[in-house]
Order: sequence, then C-alpha cells, then structure tokens
Amino acid sequence: MKIEITAFGIAKDILKQKRTEVEISGEPSIAALRKELISNFPDFEKLASLKFAVNTEYVSDNYQLKPSDEVVLIPPVSGG
Amino acid sequence: MEKILITESRLDAKACTDAVVYPGAGGIVVFVGTVRNQTQGKPVQHLEFESYEPMALKEMRKIADQAIENWRLHDMVIHHRMGRVEIEEEAVVIACSSAHRKEAFAACEYAIDTLKETVPIWKKEIFEDGEVWVSAHP
Repeated sequence: MKIEITAFGIAKDILKQKRTEVEISGEPSIAALRKELISNFPDFEKLASLKFAVNTEYVSDNYQLKPSDEVVLIPPVSGG
Repeated sequence: MEKILITESRLDAKACTDAVVYPGAGGIVVFVGTVRNQTQGKPVQHLEFESYEPMALKEMRKIADQAIENWRLHDMVIHHRMGRVEIEEEAVVIACSSAHRKEAFAACEYAIDTLKETVPIWKKEIFEDGEVWVSAHP
C-alpha cells in the first residue's frame, strides 16, 4: 500500500520535502511505516522521538493505516 | 477574541488577560514565553516557528479544557506565535482566571508544561553560523 505522508520541522529536512509517498508491503501499520522510513532515511533514528498523527490525532505503532488517512510525521515538538 | 489562537502577528498579553477576567475572579495568572538572546552561551539571532496547525489548535484546546476542569478555572486563553520571532518578543501567552490564585498558578504551569510536550509546534534557533531545530536530538 502507498502511504502519503506530510512532515514538519526536522522531519521535513530529513525527507528533503514536505510531502512524499512511502510504499509498504504487508500489513500497513504505523510500525511498518516507521521501519520503512528509517531504512530509507537513517537520520530518523537519530531523533529524540518520532511520533505519528493520523487525521490530527496521535496514534500508536499498532494503528492500521487506511488509504484515506492523513498521516503526519511528528518529530520532537518544541513549542513555547 | 479567539481563546485558542495561532498567529503570525505579535501577541498581546494584556488582551489575553482582559479575555479571562470576570467578577468572581480572585486572581489571573499570565505566562508570557519570550525569545531569549542565547542558548547555552551561544548568541541566538531570532527564532522561526512552524506548526501542524489543525492538530496544534486541537491539542491546545484539549490543554485548556483539561486545565479548566482540573482546577475549576473560569477560563483559559492560549495564544502561540508562528513564523519569524525576534529576541524579546512573545512566543506564547497563556492566561487563566480562577476564584483563588493557587489554582490559577497550578493550571498555568500545567498548560505551558503540557504544551511543550504535546502540541505539534516546532522552533528553529537561528545562529550567525547556522540553524538548529530545538530538542530534535537527544
């Protein structure tokens, strides 16, 4: 399954673009997406954390992605 | 006034204070987070903020709702600046009012601490010789 992702902050710098598509073979979970991203962009592993949001809510690694989901990479936040 | 706001314009702490005042208030606590001119001794020129706005607004609303419920506040306002923010300017303003000061102090501290942990906002420090996304690396 092809997952379209949007990135902010340092995640955007690592991808070198704001939006991209990631192909996941097998079960389309957040865990699988994370694994695929780290294998293509090893710099993700150097971050203090990497969370995911689907449709503007944080999701855990076992969340199963659907084609219509809006998936956003959330690197360590630093507001305030 | 919008109680929960993300804006590229200067923040107005007085307007935020006025927005939470009410006759039963015994205290209003206002936190103003400002841009510091250095980080660990290294001069900072300015900051740049970005957000995943729809989610950031939702998370800010959750914080305010939780704070109002936990400390029985009258109200809470959270405003956050985006874009380029200069030294001494306000990056965030949180104002809340309650019948007694203790609750307002505790709620305001909860709100800024939680905002820094959960709200999808990112800041980049701009130095003379480069730039760094704050907190990105351990």
